[in-house]
Amino acid sequence: MDLFPLYNSLRIAFISTLIVLILGVAAAYLVVHMPRFIRGILDSLFTLPLVLPPTVVGYLLLLLLGAKRPFGGWFLRVFGLRLTMNWWSAVFATSVIIFPLMYRTSRGAFEAFDRTYEQAGQTLGLGSLYIFFRIVLPCCKAGIIAGIVLSFARALGEYGATMMISGYTPGRTATISTTVYQMWRTDNDALALKWVLVNMAISTVILLAINIVEGRQDIFHPKSHAHPDRQGNE
Amino acid sequence: MGIEADIKKRYDGFLLDVSFKCDSKRIGILGASGCGKTQTLKAVAGLVRPDEGRIVLDGRVLFDKKTKTDTGPGKRGIGYLFQNYALFPNMTVEGNIRAALKGAARGSREYAGNTAERIMEDFGLKDLRSHFPHELSGGQQQRTALARMFACDPGLLLLDEPFSAMDTFMREALRLELIHILDQYDKNFIMVSHDRDEIYQMCDHLLLMEEGRVIARGPVNEIFEHPSTTSAARLTGCKNISRIERLDDHRFRALDWKGIILTTDRRIGEDIRYAGIRAHDLMPGEGEVNIIPTGHVRISALPFEWYVITECGLWWKIPKTLSEYDAHDAVPGYIRIAPEKILLMDR
Repeated sequence: MDLFPLYNSLRIAFISTLIVLILGVAAAYLVVHMPRFIRGILDSLFTLPLVLPPTVVGYLLLLLLGAKRPFGGWFLRVFGLRLTMNWWSAVFATSVIIFPLMYRTSRGAFEAFDRTYEQAGQTLGLGSLYIFFRIVLPCCKAGIIAGIVLSFARALGEYGATMMISGYTPGRTATISTTVYQMWRTDNDALALKWVLVNMAISTVILLAINIVEGRQDIFHPKSHAHPDRQGNE
Repeated sequence: MGIEADIKKRYDGFLLDVSFKCDSKRIGILGASGCGKTQTLKAVAGLVRPDEGRIVLDGRVLFDKKTKTDTGPGKRGIGYLFQNYALFPNMTVEGNIRAALKGAARGSREYAGNTAERIMEDFGLKDLRSHFPHELSGGQQQRTALARMFACDPGLLLLDEPFSAMDTFMREALRLELIHILDQYDKNFIMVSHDRDEIYQMCDHLLLMEEGRVIARGPVNEIFEHPSTTSAARLTGCKNISRIERLDDHRFRALDWKGIILTTDRRIGEDIRYAGIRAHDLMPGEGEVNIIPTGHVRISALPFEWYVITECGLWWKIPKTLSEYDAHDAVPGYIRIAPEKILLMDR
């Protein structure tokens, strides 16, 4: 069995998770600090890829990146590089698809985070970068890790948008999910089943990891401050 | 210390419109929850930006909408003690204090290290240095929060209901410790609370707030002795308030207390509409003036007090011991109120 689809799926998922980790966390933190009206608009926009069919996302991406489209065409002329039909083209697709997952889980973590810690930091004269990286992020760690795992899992399974933007070329752009479809379509049931099992194994491991992360989420929970057992035992 | 604030801020269905000027060292802001007292404190700290107005502390303009002055919260020289102390949960006691020193941006690492040591020594936190906030008791959390705040050497402290998250048992001890530390360091402060005992115990000057506005201000004793409005009377703990019908310069009929007629030694102005009697000022006894029959009373027992509501609707408290169970012997047939103890209010 040629393991290229596994390797390709993993590298696409890894890179797009990394991209989305930065963009999604930053977007979430910004949105949480926006005035309510703007927050509503941005929130809907950032969540849209979650509810759109992946084929629609793929189609929209092709409008932007396709070699005959303005941006894709310009890129091809200037850099001599086609943005579609490469293995890394799938990174565009999966990044857009998994962005809402990262965004929403970290937004949840930031919303649950008690803003008085940030205010305390401000009154102590701490800069916003220090407050974000040394106080907010460490306290929201568990939520963000859950977001990473979830995004990675979803990236591994992405099919629709990937298929439209990278296509299926064995040994070049094939991923696990596109391979399963291709094997089934060409009556290669045995191989399709093998890839299905590989996929299920990976997903199970990932979901177990999420549960472990969520089980530890209470470590820094501010609730413990007011815990009755903690008072009066000086 | 001199603070002057005149600020407005609009919220959904709520207008904060606060104006006060005060030269006292220990200012208390008393008000029910939701009256805007915490928002006022946050505006002074720079955590909430008013829509208009200005804030001046000791001659230094911290905020002025007109000149677009808005000093950042870290540069106001103001320390803020949060309700839950807001110790950074991911840092140890020492980490919290060092973070504050980093914010204060003073000198070298070595200097910061020495200062942190000295502060932990002062606040008795040396043995707890590597503990995380959730491992500390309420008292230890308070000490850490104070130590962290003092690391920045603020000129004014803002105390935001510092004991409200604590249970009653801890509260008294924490309050005494806070008073002790504030005395020791001779710090100016503004404290916000809905607990009149707390304010009475800790402050010299009082602002009463209701629905986003300051409704009364002055020295604490004065406001407690002569609240000028019914809201002020209620906030300072007056349980009995009645509408009145003025009979002459010194006598009135209490409409909400079954029409009893009472005498005061203060002249009742034409504009006086209400009278108040503090539950503690009612005395058992016979006499010449202001005798009120208790009649058919309703009683509820607390460990050290009976709450008594007389037939005419007056609230009263009788001290008792734990082993007393029968209140009826303790309730006299008549009670009286000294004429000078009656509060008169125009609205």
